[in-house]
Amino acid sequence: MMERRLFVLQRLTALALAPLVLVHLGLVLVAVRGGLTAAEILSRTQGSVGWALFYGLFVVVVAIHAPIGVRNVLREWTGLARGAVDWLALGFGLLLLGVGLRAVWAVVG
Amino acid sequence: MSDAASDAANKGGELTVRVWRGAEVGAFATYLVPARANQTVLDVVTEIQRYHAPDLAYRFACRVGVCGSCAMTVNGVPRWTCRTHVSRVAKAGALTVEPLRNLPRIRDLACDMAPFFDKWKAAGGRFEGGATRADLPAAVDPASPKRRAADAGIECINCAVCHAACDVVAWDAEYLGPAALLRAWTLVNDERHLARRATLDRAMGPGGCASCHTQGSCMAHCPVGLSPTEGIAGLKRMSLAAMFLGDR
Ligand code: SF4
Ligand code: SF4
Ligand code: FES
Repeated sequence: MMERRLFVLQRLTALALAPLVLVHLGLVLVAVRGGLTAAEILSRTQGSVGWALFYGLFVVVVAIHAPIGVRNVLREWTGLARGAVDWLALGFGLLLLGVGLRAVWAVVG
Repeated sequence: MSDAASDAANKGGELTVRVWRGAEVGAFATYLVPARANQTVLDVVTEIQRYHAPDLAYRFACRVGVCGSCAMTVNGVPRWTCRTHVSRVAKAGALTVEPLRNLPRIRDLACDMAPFFDKWKAAGGRFEGGATRADLPAAVDPASPKRRAADAGIECINCAVCHAACDVVAWDAEYLGPAALLRAWTLVNDERHLARRATLDRAMGPGGCASCHTQGSCMAHCPVGLSPTEGIAGLKRMSLAAMFLGDR
């Protein structure tokens, strides 16, 4: 029951994303206070285990949520075969995961 | 009656009717037919066949909104032609009549309904009972929640108007579509249906409920006023409950 599992995952990750995005927006407002250069911002973010976990979770949730939607869009809007669409969506998810975790590492690590 | 049509009727005017001729490849032919009071689109198509184009292919049977065979696209909207008065839909005395969308065109206004019914089967829409002729008829309480849930779809007459109205059907060849899924919804709520779990799994499988956008085009166009959207939402809920709570 892959379709059902993906359907559930998409809903559950959407549920998780709502508070994550709100906290993220709040953090952006706070983080830009007191200097906007990369060095200044990094000095405030680096070394925080809490934020590393927060953004790590954010990235994982996004990497699950977004490809499921992309898979639906590709199915409806391109004539690609089912298998090709599934692989593209999976690749997109892995890309988001890789790029996202790398960014988390760069900002908090 | 719209002003234009009633004017035309009063003056003994004419309707300009563009009708699809051909199959997948074809073209519109234009016919002029007298505008009359109380004329349905099916009347107009019949008039064209009688007096202008005896080889025009189209389907109908009951002419009173019971059989569901006369559905066509009228001015871009899927409708039962026998229950659509020209005065409600004609724009400045003009009508465009095509076969239903999302089904292969056989000839002129007749489309191939086979893919539509294949999807009913694919959605697990086949009733499987266990009773024999020795058993008494099942006593189904009309007030029970399941029987009432089945009300969402029990009056469906398989006209495929909703199937033609659904954009997801147009985009995704695998999507089972509103009518097939609504049929599955009535079956999973039918106490006599033995393959309930199989129907539920198929309705939630590839091309099933998860593809529905829940925008209700099917519901807006169903001439019986049924709500496939609601049935599909019900199937999703039931399937999730089966997944998390274990099936009852
Ligand atoms: S609600 Fe679902 S089934 Fe109905 S028209 Fe929209 S996508 Fe199709
Ligand atoms: S649900 Fe309504 S529109 Fe769809 S096939 Fe049944 S009667 Fe026709
Ligand atoms: S001819 Fe039977 S529903 Fe229109």
